[in-house]
Amino acid sequence: MFDLTGKNALVTGASGGIGAEIARQLHAQGATVGLSGTRTEPLEALKAELGDRAHVLPCNLSDPEAVDALPKQAAEAMGSVDILVNNAGITRDNLFMRMSDEEWNSVLAVNLTSTFKLCKGVMRGMMKARWGRIINISSIVGATGNPGQANYAASKAGMVGMSKSLAYEVASRGITVNAVAPGFIETAMTDKLNDDQKSGIMGQIPAGRMGTPAEIAASVVFLASAEAGYLTGTTLHVNGGMAML
Amino acid sequence: MSDVADRVKKIVVEHLGVEEDKVTENASFIDDLGADSLDTVELVMAFEEEFGIEIPDDAAENIQTFGDAVKFIKEAS
Repeated sequence: MFDLTGKNALVTGASGGIGAEIARQLHAQGATVGLSGTRTEPLEALKAELGDRAHVLPCNLSDPEAVDALPKQAAEAMGSVDILVNNAGITRDNLFMRMSDEEWNSVLAVNLTSTFKLCKGVMRGMMKARWGRIINISSIVGATGNPGQANYAASKAGMVGMSKSLAYEVASRGITVNAVAPGFIETAMTDKLNDDQKSGIMGQIPAGRMGTPAEIAASVVFLASAEAGYLTGTTLHVNGGMAML
Repeated sequence: MSDVADRVKKIVVEHLGVEEDKVTENASFIDDLGADSLDTVELVMAFEEEFGIEIPDDAAENIQTFGDAVKFIKEAS
């Protein structure tokens, strides 16, 4: 089940905790992976760990020209892009009343606009191949909202609406578009929380623990597989029951 | 019939699965040949590859009929 041998996957934000694990698991299922991110060092380290079938594709997603170039670079390196995982995301938290245009725009640009552009950039190849998998990593916050994260929540909710619309348009061509919405996951981002914050969060999670990057990656592998071909336009909420949507 | 028209016709026939004699000068891809809007995008992609040209989005929107396509490609290539 879920064999990805012969498939080429581009993963953005592969230098981060969740992105790296997504790349690892796709690779373990047999896929060739294109590791994209802003910091080259962790990408090279991950490539060294994975060995064959891994390519480093540095890209700063806040640079529109670099975003435009990435699908082409990925297709040149791997031969095609059959699976696209839009995992990269940034936060610029602030109270809504204090949020600057710059804070709003930068988060929307990286999280939502780059997702749009990358989906568009890989679509031609997927249409021709009559096969494609797009998995957009959203967030629980996109569905529930979160104080201090109006920009981030808007970008993550936007990804879901965009995924559904694109899913409609390309379903007849064998291309599925889905989202995965993680809850609280053990990453560098959540390591920064203090104990009080952590215990506050735990009280809201029926599972009584944070999720792991591997649990997000497993959902991505499933959505990327041939077996999930009839599943499109949906969002998998992987959050330990924190929000049952 | 010119070479360009033959090649365009071949793509249309293959892609839309229509009879060759239905692909006339004024045949509209959507109204006469049963294409949906995504088919027209794919046809333009196929024309771009066949003729090694780039068809910008605003030009692609004006390619509604077989004749439009042949005319555009002759001018572009």
